[in-house]
Amino acid sequence: MLLTVNGDQVEVPNTVKTIAELLQHFEMHHKVVIVEKNAEILEKAEHTATLISDKDKIELVHFVGGG
Amino acid sequence: MIIGAGALGTGSAEMLVRAGIGNITIADRDYVEWSNLQRQQLYTEEEAEQRTPKAVAAKKRLTAINSEVKIRCHVMDVSVEEMEQLVGGVDLILDASDNFDIRMIINDISQKHRIPWIYSACVGSYGINYTIIPGKTPCLNCLLENVPMGSATCDTVGIISPAVQMVLSFQISEALKILVEDRLHLRNKLVSFDLWKNHQSSINVDKFKKEDCPSCGAEPSYPYLSFSNQIKTAVLCGRDTVQIRPSRPIDRDLESLDKALSKQPGKVSRNPYLLSFSTEEYRLVIFKDCRVLIHGTKSIPEAKTLYHRYLG
Repeated sequence: MLLTVNGDQVEVPNTVKTIAELLQHFEMHHKVVIVEKNAEILEKAEHTATLISDKDKIELVHFVGGG
Repeated sequence: MIIGAGALGTGSAEMLVRAGIGNITIADRDYVEWSNLQRQQLYTEEEAEQRTPKAVAAKKRLTAINSEVKIRCHVMDVSVEEMEQLVGGVDLILDASDNFDIRMIINDISQKHRIPWIYSACVGSYGINYTIIPGKTPCLNCLLENVPMGSATCDTVGIISPAVQMVLSFQISEALKILVEDRLHLRNKLVSFDLWKNHQSSINVDKFKKEDCPSCGAEPSYPYLSFSNQIKTAVLCGRDTVQIRPSRPIDRDLESLDKALSKQPGKVSRNPYLLSFSTEEYRLVIFKDCRVLIHGTKSIPEAKTLYHRYLG
């Protein structure tokens, strides 16, 4: 499956079916991440049930602490 | 008011002082070290050599830049009590800190006193910025729900100064809009970027505002202002260092401590603000308010052992 993640084309395995699985795939599941799918922002509670499909555009914003 | 005088705090303070802001308050708990000079733009080699407190060094440089600005600088580890003391008359709080413990306190103080604040952070080549307006936008507690744990820090991945300057551009543009009361032009989006990966995103997060948020909801309890939620130890960003602070500020007699520690195997040096004690692979730096920085460890239990071993 081909996705656009933060502006880059990324190939992910077809076993990755949901937003939650995508975060796990990118090893971001322990971070606080805000996810936008096709310009629509998702609540955290929606990550597990939201399916992803070929050519979806995903934005991932994670919070950092440095300064 | 700027919380922190590291990379973000020195940059934001310089921009605002050059812009001729009327009054500015800066609080920082740390002192200047050699590794800071790569990005913390108000400091010099001499101040790193002398371990000058950042708040002292920042005030000196900022006053030299624009003597007409009233600059208050505090050598202080800001927590709830200190924040309540400093916040009177403040129009805007700028986050220039390096941890989420203090940011959650800033967030609750902002809501309690109805003062806008700007969350800003950076690490590596990545940066993030969001302006929080009480009564309008979601607050940081709405966005995070939980305090992030184990995220990348300056400790683990470093930081390039262009990332600092980029975050500052976002932060101070927003600050100027608030200070000239042009809220119509505020960004109202969570902006993030990665300069190395050539990426930037800007997301509207209004959907995250929660009516039952304990910080900004209909019946706020300001959870991060309660004593039980205040941290007493912290691993410092970018350094192999643990800070330990007592539950109440204590005025430490550095001269007596100098005499006591001089009897220990190790080396003691002192200036009016702090005492430094080096032993084995560790170095303890004791400030007058009894805060202690323990260099040479990232382990809080190990740091506590050293603290109690030398300071009782």
